[in-house]
Amino acid sequence: MAGNTEPLSPRAKLAVTAGKAAAAVSRAAGRGSGSVIGGRVALKLDPELLGRLAGHLDVVLVSATNGKTTTTRLIAEALRAAGPVVSNALGANMPAGITSALAGGSDARYGVIEVDEKYLAGVARDVSPKAIALLNLSRDQLDRAGETRMLAEKWREGLAGTEAIVIANADDPLVAWAASSCPTVVWVAAGQEWKDDAWSCPSCGGVLQRHTEDWFCGECGFRRPQPTWALSGDYVIAPDGVAWPIQLQLPGRANKANAATSAAVAAVFGVAPKIALERMYAVQAVAGRYDVVSYLGRDLRLLLAKNPAGWLETFSLIDGPPAPVLLSVNARSADGTDTSWLWDVDYPRLAGHPIFVIGDRKLDLAVRLEVAGLQFRVCADVDEAVRSAPPGKIEVIANYTAFQDLRRAVGN
Amino acid sequence: MSDTSLRLVWVYPDLLSTYGDQGNVLVVERRAQQRHIPVTRIDVRSDQPIPTSGDIYLIGGGEDRPQRLAAERLRRDGGLNRAVGNGAIVFSVCAGYQILGTEFINDLGHPEPGLGILDVRSVRNEGARHVGDIMGDIDERLGLPPLTGFENHQGNTVIGPGARPFARLRFGSGNGTGDGTEGAWCDTVFGTYAHGPVMARNPQIADMLLKLALDVHALPPVDEQWYEALRAERIAAATEASA
Ligand SMILES: [Zn+2]
Repeated sequence: MAGNTEPLSPRAKLAVTAGKAAAAVSRAAGRGSGSVIGGRVALKLDPELLGRLAGHLDVVLVSATNGKTTTTRLIAEALRAAGPVVSNALGANMPAGITSALAGGSDARYGVIEVDEKYLAGVARDVSPKAIALLNLSRDQLDRAGETRMLAEKWREGLAGTEAIVIANADDPLVAWAASSCPTVVWVAAGQEWKDDAWSCPSCGGVLQRHTEDWFCGECGFRRPQPTWALSGDYVIAPDGVAWPIQLQLPGRANKANAATSAAVAAVFGVAPKIALERMYAVQAVAGRYDVVSYLGRDLRLLLAKNPAGWLETFSLIDGPPAPVLLSVNARSADGTDTSWLWDVDYPRLAGHPIFVIGDRKLDLAVRLEVAGLQFRVCADVDEAVRSAPPGKIEVIANYTAFQDLRRAVGN
Repeated sequence: MSDTSLRLVWVYPDLLSTYGDQGNVLVVERRAQQRHIPVTRIDVRSDQPIPTSGDIYLIGGGEDRPQRLAAERLRRDGGLNRAVGNGAIVFSVCAGYQILGTEFINDLGHPEPGLGILDVRSVRNEGARHVGDIMGDIDERLGLPPLTGFENHQGNTVIGPGARPFARLRFGSGNGTGDGTEGAWCDTVFGTYAHGPVMARNPQIADMLLKLALDVHALPPVDEQWYEALRAERIAAATEASA
């Protein structure tokens, strides 16, 4: 539908204007970027606005428990090779934030939209996307988000019969099950380190059998779909068998997986892997994540990890011992108020690192580390932690609001 | 306890390990090791038989469908019932607690038979989900300090004549029956709705299980600094939230 320049209705125009005004007021009042408030005002005035704003765009939706903001950035960079892109690059991923981002995209040809897992089916209905990328599903904010398998079921029901081309991770049984109701799926062997939310078959409840990368259910026969794209070490293997090197400034296996999926998405939009991957190299930091900042004369690398799967991927990318590690955990409402998930994180992997602990819930973390048999020091704040740390770049890992607090504290 | 080491059985981590309750296994294991008590952790997946020779069995919380699957497989297996018949210790949380009872409401909305090793019966609470910090006093017969935990469930559990409340809450919903009771216990079988995980916030519960298993009245002390600090913080937070 790109190039369709059907004008917005007067009501939609009013909604966009009112939304922009509200965003400006919100910014002036010092309440952040204003994007969510603006979008909320606009959606109230015209509930069908989202669909209308996307009407002239070729849209790809990106959803997952982890990696959706980064993947959205990678895809946006890749698609800019083909034309102007509008994207909710700041991670405002619920309908109001998406509306606000799209309102700034009247000249764009492509929409690259990160969507919160819970809203995916609804947004997919509203914007008729050309493609949908599904990366992974795992436990996250259990006091609120509800059950992981229920999310997969919502995806499965909401996306059944979609006209979009779905690009999905064949290595995540929950994603594979959710996507297998879609008529057109491009399967990517993107890998997933975290396996503890998919030991039982999403379809029948049988115990899943795993052999190296393969998995299948012995009871109902549900099994790993045959992928056409694959992440293999530092390469992405395209459907024609050609291996393209992945070169990123972003660290870690998970980001290579994000790049592989992004290359498969770019191909749907006619952007060749070589060009797509070259453009992805430009992405340095995503909303402060992976940024190396200088603070109190020390280098701090800021890493966001919100749930056990995210911590696991993060542990695999940090520098080895004796690199000092600073951990910060909060449990405010945006984080989920239950800290039990700390016990599903494999902290013994930090053995040998000097560890410093801060954040609202530093005592929960202290007990967790004590039971893991690790040496650590609990500090009052980031300043004390940085001053106490031995020489070397400090790897800083924090969950959602703790990460925002840290960015503010170190002036990032 | 078997001849050589204490056998700690973690029941169905593939189905009932969603809310960090494997922390209970880690705390019991750690506090045994700190006392130089040899301990063997045995994780039993739901396609494996439950060993009947364990000393302590731990069961965690899980989502609604896995809870039904776990109950079906545990009933079919029969090992946990046999172990309890032999005097084994069982500590269960949330979905696991409901499974130990006589009946609960499954994900399909139907009554599902439990294992009947704890005299409780659970139904689905029709109101809001019980979510938040809880705090209360554990049954004085058990001689434990106040209970702190985090609840997150949709169940209401009624205790029958064959069991006693594990705790009486000062804050929180617990069994959800409006009488302030939380959890249940009888002899060596315990159930609670408290996550956190509950042993991280109440390490004396882990010690109680160890003492029961070893048949001793006391254990050598361990460093309680961080446990005590966390307990004080959470009890103060719950007190403040309810004021
Ligand atoms: Zn199956």
